[in-house]
Amino acid sequence: MAAINRDDVAHLAQLAHIEMSETELDRMAGELAVIVDSVKSVSEAAGDDVPATSHPIPLTNVLREDVVGHVLTAEEALSGAPDAEDGRFKVPAILEED
Amino acid sequence: MSAYELIRSSAADLAAKLAAKEVSSVEVVQAHLDRIADVDGGERGINAFLHVNTDEALAVAADVDARRAAGEQLHELAGVPIAVKDLIVTKGQPTTAGSKILEGWMSPYDATVVKKLRAARMPMLGKTNLDEFAMGSSTEHSAYGPTRNPWDLDRIPGGSGGGSAAAVAAFEAPLALGTDTGGSIRQPGAVTGTVGVKPTYGAVSRYGAIAMASSLDQIGPVSRTVLDSALLQEVIGGHDPFDSTSLTDPSTGLVAAARLGNVKGMKIGIIKELHGEGYQTGVENRFNESLELLRSAGAEIVEVSCPNFGYALGAYYLIMPSEASSNLAKFDGVRFGARTLPKDGPLTIERVMGATRAAGFGDEVKRRIILGTYALSAGYYDAYYGSAQKVRTLIQRDFAAAFAQVDVLISPTSPVTAFKLGEKLNDPLSMYLNDVATIPANMAGVPGLTLPGGLADEDGLPVGIQLLAPAREDARLYRVGAVLESLLESQWGGPILDKAPTLASTAATSGEVK
Repeated sequence: MAAINRDDVAHLAQLAHIEMSETELDRMAGELAVIVDSVKSVSEAAGDDVPATSHPIPLTNVLREDVVGHVLTAEEALSGAPDAEDGRFKVPAILEED
Repeated sequence: MSAYELIRSSAADLAAKLAAKEVSSVEVVQAHLDRIADVDGGERGINAFLHVNTDEALAVAADVDARRAAGEQLHELAGVPIAVKDLIVTKGQPTTAGSKILEGWMSPYDATVVKKLRAARMPMLGKTNLDEFAMGSSTEHSAYGPTRNPWDLDRIPGGSGGGSAAAVAAFEAPLALGTDTGGSIRQPGAVTGTVGVKPTYGAVSRYGAIAMASSLDQIGPVSRTVLDSALLQEVIGGHDPFDSTSLTDPSTGLVAAARLGNVKGMKIGIIKELHGEGYQTGVENRFNESLELLRSAGAEIVEVSCPNFGYALGAYYLIMPSEASSNLAKFDGVRFGARTLPKDGPLTIERVMGATRAAGFGDEVKRRIILGTYALSAGYYDAYYGSAQKVRTLIQRDFAAAFAQVDVLISPTSPVTAFKLGEKLNDPLSMYLNDVATIPANMAGVPGLTLPGGLADEDGLPVGIQLLAPAREDARLYRVGAVLESLLESQWGGPILDKAPTLASTAATSGEVK
C-alpha cells in the first residue's frame, strides 16, 4: 500500500472540508504515516475467499408502517441552527461570485 | 443515614432504602450534588461533569418522594440518581459530545435511553466528560479539559467515558450511562476500579447517541457493582423502533443472573492472544488470581486461541475512522452547533464549512476524519476498508470457534493500569494500543463486562478483568461477574474502592460553581 504524504493530506482535508495550516498539514502527514503503516497488515490478513462483514449482527431490512409520526416541528429543528430565516436554515452563498 | 453513607451505597441498596422509606430521593440526590460540588470543580477537581442538572434532578426526586408517599407503585430504581455521558442527547441539558463545535447546543429531543430513565423516574445528575466525540482512551481529548482519575489525580481515568467512570469511582453518582465503540465503557472501568458493560450490539437502543462508528457503537451501564449494572441494563435495554439495528429481545434475566451466585460447571476460556507479552506484570498477576478464584468456585478454566485478534486493532482503526468521517460530515455549521466564518476571502458555504470544522474539531477528531476519508477514497477502498471488513469476519469466526468450546471468555480489560495525564497524548499509536483487548468484542458485536480485579503490585492502581459472552448472552456476564466480584471482595474485606485515597475538597479553590 502506498505511503501517505503531505499532498495527500492536503487533498483529503479539502475533501473532508477541514481547513488546515501548513504546520498542521506537516504534523498530520507524519502522524498518519505512522498509523497507516501500523494498519497495513490488515490487507494481508484475509484471502479472497473470506466474505466481508459490515455489521456485527446480521439483520434483514427493517421496515415500518408508512405513517407520519415522531417528527420535530420546524421550530425544534431550527432551534440549534447558527442561522435561520422564515422557517428555514440560512446558509452563506452556495456559489462563489465573480 | 449520613451523606457519606448515601454516596457510598450501591444503587441496589439505595433502591431498597428508598422503597422502605428509610431515606428520601431528595436526600439521596442532594448528597450526590453536594459531593459533586465538593470534589468535581477547581484546578485539581475530578472534572467528571460538564453540566450539573441540579434543579431538574431535585424536582424529579421530589416528585418520586411525593408519589411514593401517596402509595404509587414505582420502578425499582425510581429516585436513584444517574449521570449521563455527554454523547447522549438530553432535552433541557446541553449536549456537547466534548467538542467545541457543539458548545451550548441543546438537543430538541431525548435519546431513547434517556426517555427510559425518565419513565423509571431516575433523576439525572448531569452530563459527564468524554474524549471529543468519544475518540480517545484518556478523556484528554475533551475540549473542556481532562477528567482526573480519583485513584491518582495526575493520571487518566480512561476514555472515552472517563467522566462516567470517574463520577462513579469518586462517589459523585451511583450509576452512569456510557458508550462503547472500542472499549470506551470497559477501559475506563478497568483503570478506575469500577464496573462497566458493553451489551450485545443492538441490545440497547442507540437512538440519540451521537454516532461515531455506527457498526460498533453501543450504549451501556457504568456502576460500582455488577448487580447495579444488571439493574441499569434492564432499564435501558429492549427493542426500539427508532433504531433499526435494535434487537427485538426483551431486556430481562440480567438481574436474576447476577443474583444466581454460582459458576459450578461453567467453562471459562482464557484467550491466549489477550494476555502475556505487552501486559503489565501487576495486571497479569491479578488476572491469574481471578482465574484461581473462579476455578475454586467450580468453573473449568481452559485456554482457547483466537488467532485473528492480532489483526483486530488495525482493522478497527480503519473501520472506525471510515464510519466516523461519514457520521461527522453533518457538523457543517448549518443545522446545529457553531459556525465560524473564514478570516478573509469570499464567504461561500464551502469555505464556511472548512473554517467551522477547523475551529470546532480537535486534533484527534481531525486525524480520524482524515484517516477515514483516506481509507474510503477511490483506489484505497478495497485495500483498507474492504480488508478490514474481511478481518471482521475472521474475528467473528474466532469468537464462534471459542464459544463452541466455552461459555464465557476472560482476559485483562486493559494491558496497563492508568497512565499519567499527558504521557501518551502526542503518540496516537500508543494511545490506540490501550484498546487492544476490548476492540474484538465491538468488531463481533458480542457483549463484554469489566469488573475490578484488584490493584497492581507495582503502582497500587486498579486492574480490570474482562468477561466476554456470545451475542445475546449478556446474562452470562452478569452471572460470572457477580460471583467473581463476591469472591474478590471477600478477599479484600470490602469493595476495592475502599482502598482508594480520600479526595480532598476542591470546593474552596474552585472559582466556578458547577
